[in-house]
Amino acid sequence: MSDASLLSRPVADVAADIAAGRLSPDAALEASLAASDRVNAGPGGLNAVLYSDAEGARTDVQRSSHPGSSLLAGIPVAIKDNIATLRMPTSCGSKILEGYVSPFEATVIARLRAAGAVLPMKTNMDEFAMGSSTENSAYGVTKHPLDHTRVPGGSSGGSAAIVAAGVTRIALGSETGGSVRQPAAFCGIVGVKPTYGRVSRHGLVAFASSLDQVGVFGQSVDDAALGLQVVAGADALDSTTVDVPVGAYRAARNDATAQPLAGVVVGRPVEYFPDSLDPRMCSLLDRSADHLRSLGAEVRDVSLPHTSLAIPVYYIVAPAEASSNLARFDGVRYGLRVEGDGLLGMYEATRSQGFGPEVTRRILLGTYVLSAGYYDAYYKRAMAVRRLIAADFTKVFASGVHVLLAPTTPSTAFVAGSRKDPYEMYMSDIFTATANLAGVPAMSQPIGRIDGLPVGGQLLASHFDEATMFRVAYALERALGSEAHT
Amino acid sequence: MSTVTDGYEMVIGLEVHCQLKTRTKLFSAASAQFGDAPNVNTDAVCLGLPGALPVLNREAITLATRAALGLGCTVHEVSVFARKHYFYPDLPKGYQISQFDRPLATGGKVVIGTHADGLEKAIGITRVHVEEDAGKSVHDRFVGFSAIDLNRAGTPLIEIVSEPDIRSAAEAGLYLRELKQIIEYTDVSDASMEEGSLRVDVNISARPVGQVEFGTRTEIKNLNSFSGVERSIELEFARQCGVLRAGGVIEQRTMLWDGHKGEVRPARAKEGSHDYRYFPEPDLPPLVLGAEWIEEQRSGLAELPAARRARFVSQYGLSKHDVEQLTSTVALADRFEAVATASGNAKRAANWMLGVVLAAVKVQGGDVTSHPVSVERLGALIKLEEAGAVSNTAAKQIFAILESEDAEPGAIAERESLLQVSDDSALVAWIDEVLAEMPDEAARFLGGEKKLQGVLVGAVMKKSKGSADPKKVNGLLGKRVE
Amino acid sequence: MSVSEQDVRHVAALARLGLADDRVQSLVGELNGILAHMDVLQQVDIGGASLDPDATQGMRMRDDVPNPIALHRAREEFAPSMRDGFFLVPRLSTHGTAEGADDEGEG
Repeated sequence: MSDASLLSRPVADVAADIAAGRLSPDAALEASLAASDRVNAGPGGLNAVLYSDAEGARTDVQRSSHPGSSLLAGIPVAIKDNIATLRMPTSCGSKILEGYVSPFEATVIARLRAAGAVLPMKTNMDEFAMGSSTENSAYGVTKHPLDHTRVPGGSSGGSAAIVAAGVTRIALGSETGGSVRQPAAFCGIVGVKPTYGRVSRHGLVAFASSLDQVGVFGQSVDDAALGLQVVAGADALDSTTVDVPVGAYRAARNDATAQPLAGVVVGRPVEYFPDSLDPRMCSLLDRSADHLRSLGAEVRDVSLPHTSLAIPVYYIVAPAEASSNLARFDGVRYGLRVEGDGLLGMYEATRSQGFGPEVTRRILLGTYVLSAGYYDAYYKRAMAVRRLIAADFTKVFASGVHVLLAPTTPSTAFVAGSRKDPYEMYMSDIFTATANLAGVPAMSQPIGRIDGLPVGGQLLASHFDEATMFRVAYALERALGSEAHT
Repeated sequence: MSTVTDGYEMVIGLEVHCQLKTRTKLFSAASAQFGDAPNVNTDAVCLGLPGALPVLNREAITLATRAALGLGCTVHEVSVFARKHYFYPDLPKGYQISQFDRPLATGGKVVIGTHADGLEKAIGITRVHVEEDAGKSVHDRFVGFSAIDLNRAGTPLIEIVSEPDIRSAAEAGLYLRELKQIIEYTDVSDASMEEGSLRVDVNISARPVGQVEFGTRTEIKNLNSFSGVERSIELEFARQCGVLRAGGVIEQRTMLWDGHKGEVRPARAKEGSHDYRYFPEPDLPPLVLGAEWIEEQRSGLAELPAARRARFVSQYGLSKHDVEQLTSTVALADRFEAVATASGNAKRAANWMLGVVLAAVKVQGGDVTSHPVSVERLGALIKLEEAGAVSNTAAKQIFAILESEDAEPGAIAERESLLQVSDDSALVAWIDEVLAEMPDEAARFLGGEKKLQGVLVGAVMKKSKGSADPKKVNGLLGKRVE
Repeated sequence: MSVSEQDVRHVAALARLGLADDRVQSLVGELNGILAHMDVLQQVDIGGASLDPDATQGMRMRDDVPNPIALHRAREEFAPSMRDGFFLVPRLSTHGTAEGADDEGEG
């Protein structure tokens, strides 16, 4: 028996009820499993779920007694297919890892389970997280929950669609250049990319190691903040995590005062509002800015002058690292092996048949920019410009600005198959890749709609100041109310 | 050889890989132990599983720092790991984590002797960097397949790159032996070429004497002994000189040493030049070592071989030859110094260590430190010998007994009647007996045939079962013919 | 700078990607199309950008104590080909007679 109304209640409340015995331990799980069956499979389904483990989740939910944290007691969380889990495959949306079940699990998965969460499904994604539409999966395209002709965004499109469709209220995704925030914006939900080093990457299959970070989707700001609260924190198994105390992300959730943002300075980076930006999107952001002012914040224009260079830099650095990270898929120890003429033939057959066209393109691009004679012109130069992009943020935040408000994407969800040119697709990340390059935290939340399609407003903060970012997000969500979805 | 090489000079630089003595691997906490069943000492990191990340072993950095300091290098407060890419089945990630443009240490030297003018002859060390080892490919186990064992994959190595300062095979040998000794003295590696914990690649080129520019170099790999290094250098130099003399050009390529056939031959043709596509390892922040920590390592360093040799010569007045031998290992040098102190006689201690003790250790096997005759007892024995209480022959007998018996040397001497008899009346009695038993020799000796004195002394010693003081016997016999 | 067919074949060989001829042709166009957008970086004044490693954080290190990441399934369960505990690959055609003497292998 499942109670669909549970899915409309905040995760924190449901978990508290389950932990206190007011709800049965499997109540939330059963509601999610039923919803998943309804929306996912078949010709009319979203194709957002790649693998499910209903029985395993049912066993876990009965067994778990939440001796430690019960923040997510009995709460089902959907997991992107590039995060290692022990029971379901971790295939990264790729043929080269078809059927591969990881023999170890990611730190974020261990932390979710320790907080009482259950993991009933793995979600579809662009192959190895390379894409902005979830059209690049070896396992088929995921559809936008509100309009099946459109894409949910990507690369974490499966997780975004699952949350937007009301199957789970929290899901994990991963970000390299916007892969959580962009689909969150397209699908009208909340998506958070934490500071680089805030969440362990142990068990996250690497795309571009210096940019990758596990991100959290939530149906509300509080769902996302709760999810991040559970998974955040340094990890001995990831040397790039940092020993900075995890903030109290949910401190402002109940602040219903008139001026909750008094003293907060919100920057409006002018480069994120180019003349070419859809005026309707611009006015939705203006409306949000007005709300922030009325909540007590000061909103001022700021400049991040190197913003336009983010995409060229990103599409050198990310493919370069990807070409390296994906070298391990060689048919020797795990994953697909296609026999060929000798060892070289095996390598080439395995990798050419195992990787799809976008992954192949990026491996070649990345190999090229690292190769002898081109390293200085491309990779080294891109890394220098990356420093300039990061310095832009440092300067703005040093000038007294606490958070930045910007659009998440230059457009709403586009029609599947409409972006054929690779670079045109890459431009989907134009407002999001900066945060990955600079390592700062950022999130997207729904701020209204255009032609019935969701628009995301992006908040960016300084390194490890997720708490302030959430404080503004809570206030904005409360002020917008139903406007967020109209 | 010299006829072939006349007019040419060899230029050699060596790259030495040295396995660090750690319990776990460089970037994973899997065991670094050898000899286990294939692939059992591999975890998610060693297997390059999707999602696994490297975590640096502190001990490896400590050992690498010690070695670099021992080689006179500057250890940098900031160094950076980098990925070096190539595909090979025993390289699990498709890249090796190494260091490239920001190595751990640079600018050291190894002294290999002195020039005619008395100045030291040194080989420069360009750099010392830390990197992970690859696994092993076994080609002869299964028909049609190569078998991959990743137990070694990820074990920590240092690579020690020399300047191209070496000018002969003999210098290469001196450099390697000194380097090996420094590695052993800093206690960072077993440094055995035979066991593969020390690996040497040779970069060698030839140029006309007097020319400043280097010639095109080749690289010799697959070397598994110092003599192989020296021999391969001679052969490859001769080959290069032959090519140059005939007006040919040297092709830059890899050569392989075949120790069984004693020849150097080209490796099979490559499919193209290497392009390692190095870039900074994004999974690891820069390695930052405090200046204070580096100084701590320096001050904790054991006395290095060159310093110890010099001290042994000056402090103990030993010959260079003896010192070379005594300092060949830290264990022997330490043991010698302890015995020298315990006995109060360094020269006798040196003779004992290099003679009786090393021979006994060789028979017993194992290390000098595990030999059953303790420093204190050997010291006491040497004292007995020096005081004339026991003869050298008797001392050796006592030493042999001490190897299997827990007792004091003096007590054994007494029990076995090995104390030297220097009492004139006892000696005179033995002499008289011998002269009576050997009337022919006695007559000739007393008649002036002095060379027979040795035979008679020997007979007295035999009669006394070694306990007679040979000096006194000599003196007493001498008096008979005065 | 523009990418030639030869460049594509070279990097494909480096990356061990087997490419059909028609795919090589289209990739020349695709990569040039993408790289054209990167040319803007050549104009940037990077005088103020340091490329020194950012040493503010430094690296945490672990103790030298065996504590491998436990594997919850046997290697045989995920390896494409294993025998007697070894991973098997097609015999290396380029290998020399002695172990470690492979042209491609590194010391």
